[in-house]
Parts: sequence; structure tokens; C-alpha cells
Amino acid sequence: MRKYQWFSGRILPAIVIAMLLLSSCKPKDSDIQASIDAIRKTTPEMTGVVASVSQGVVTLTGECKDDAAKAISEKAVTVIKGVKQVIDNCTLTPPPPPPPASVVIAPDDPLTKEVADATKDYPGVHSDVKDGVVTLTGEIKRADLKTLMMGLHTLKPKKIDNQLTIK
Amino acid sequence: MSLQDKYKELTDTAGSIGIVNLQVREQDNVLYIDGEAPNGAAKDKLWDVYGKLDPDFRSGDVVMNINVSTMAPGARATVTTQTSNLNIRKGPGTDQPIVGKAAHNDTVTLISKTNDQWWLIRTNAGEEGYAFAQYLSPQ
Repeated sequence: MRKYQWFSGRILPAIVIAMLLLSSCKPKDSDIQASIDAIRKTTPEMTGVVASVSQGVVTLTGECKDDAAKAISEKAVTVIKGVKQVIDNCTLTPPPPPPPASVVIAPDDPLTKEVADATKDYPGVHSDVKDGVVTLTGEIKRADLKTLMMGLHTLKPKKIDNQLTIK
Repeated sequence: MSLQDKYKELTDTAGSIGIVNLQVREQDNVLYIDGEAPNGAAKDKLWDVYGKLDPDFRSGDVVMNINVSTMAPGARATVTTQTSNLNIRKGPGTDQPIVGKAAHNDTVTLISKTNDQWWLIRTNAGEEGYAFAQYLSPQ
């Protein structure tokens, strides 16, 4: 009985105080957050990454520019004192859309022959090709004009100058 | 008025009738429109709009290169010459010897595409050779 009283009177309070002291030594979430903010300033890979801390668990959200940046951000946070776990929910920034393909203009060498092929069934039509510009002279039936044009436009000319007389 | 505004109805139509890989670029006062039409009718419709916006295609400020995606190896195509037979040649070029003919409105089989102008085809009679793509309409 006396032994029990000694335990409850001396040891138990000592244990409780020790536990309180120990727990107060653990970094608070706000300290972790401050550390993350400090690291962020010197870690460009963390631009766009948002970190939230709850009971020592850090959750990363936002956008990382690539896998390497994602790994660096995760590692930088993991080593902070007091961090128990890092949940990395960062998404990768989608790559920018490719720039529009430049306009392809056929060189005169194949173009001249291809225009001749495309116009050969229209006896009244004369064609001339210079620097990618197709100039059409002569005459054509109205009914044939669209078909001829549809053919010529697939040859990748720079421009089609239609001077045809339409009958 | 910019070319993009002048031909807005054309590019809008291209979007609405399902032209894929559509690219519209303006360079040196010419509007270049490229893409693939799902069928011949869609391409035709686009050309009708173009003809409406630029009567008789006089302005010379558009180059519209639209291919028809159903023009694929194995597909069948109709010979759409004006009235005459379609020449089938030994090679891709009008300087190549004629090895056969396909009648107006005949159906042929597309074998392979040489370029935008020439296709290797096979007639119903079994003749193989190169034909000018302008006179082949996908079915």
C-alpha cells in the first residue's frame, strides 16, 4: 500500500511532467510550415507547389513542372524536423501545346510539274509558276473551276492568282 | 478587315463539320488552311463556303489544303472525271506511259498513296497503276 502511494505521489507526476515536456519539444505544425516556407525561397523547383501541414503530416498540392521537380519538393519537405509523412498530390504541369506548324510551300521544281498535271485536262487553262505563286490565265467553264481549284490547292502553292476568264 | 475575319465563316465551318488537325495560319497576306475532312461531302461543303466568301476564287488570299481521311489504302473510290476515262499510268506522273483506263463513275480500289496527287490503284478488271487523286472520290 505504501509502495502504491509512493508511486502515485512521486513517480506518476514525474511521468506526466516528462510526457508534457517531451510533447512540447515536438515542432508544431506552424513551425513546420515556417520551415517549408523558408525552404521554398531557396528551392525554385517548389514554385507552384502548395504545402499544408496537419499534425506533422505535410500534404503537397499544386503543380510541379516535371517529375524531377516533384521529387526534389518531396525530399526537401521530408527532411524537415517533425514531419511524419509527406503526401505528394502534386500534379505535373502539362507541356505547352506545340507551336503551329509553319506553312509549307512547295518548291517550284515539283510544283510546276504538278500544276501542269492538274491543269492538263482543261485545254483552255494556262499556268505559270514562279516562287510558289501559281498564275492561271486563259479560260475555263464555270462548272470546272471548283474542281480545278480543289486540285491546285493541295499542291502547297504559296498563292494562286486566278486570272481565268470564266465562261 | 483581316483575312481571319474575312474567312471566319470558312474556319468556323471547318470546325463544325469535323475537320481534324485543322491549322489556320496567316502569312504574307495569304490565309493557309490545312486539315483532314472526314469525307468528300465535308470537303465539298467547305469549298462551297469558300466560293461564297470569295466568288470565283479571285482574291488569291487563301490556300486551302484539305485532304479526305477516308482516302486510305484498301478503301474504294469512284472515278469522278468530267466525262472521260481516267488514265492509269505506269508511274506517278503524266509523263508516264498509260497502262490502263478506268471509266467515268467506275469504282476502283486504293492501294497506296504516293503523294497528295497520285495514288496506286486497282481497277475492277484487275489493272494496277497510278491515277491522279483529283479524279478519285472516296466512297
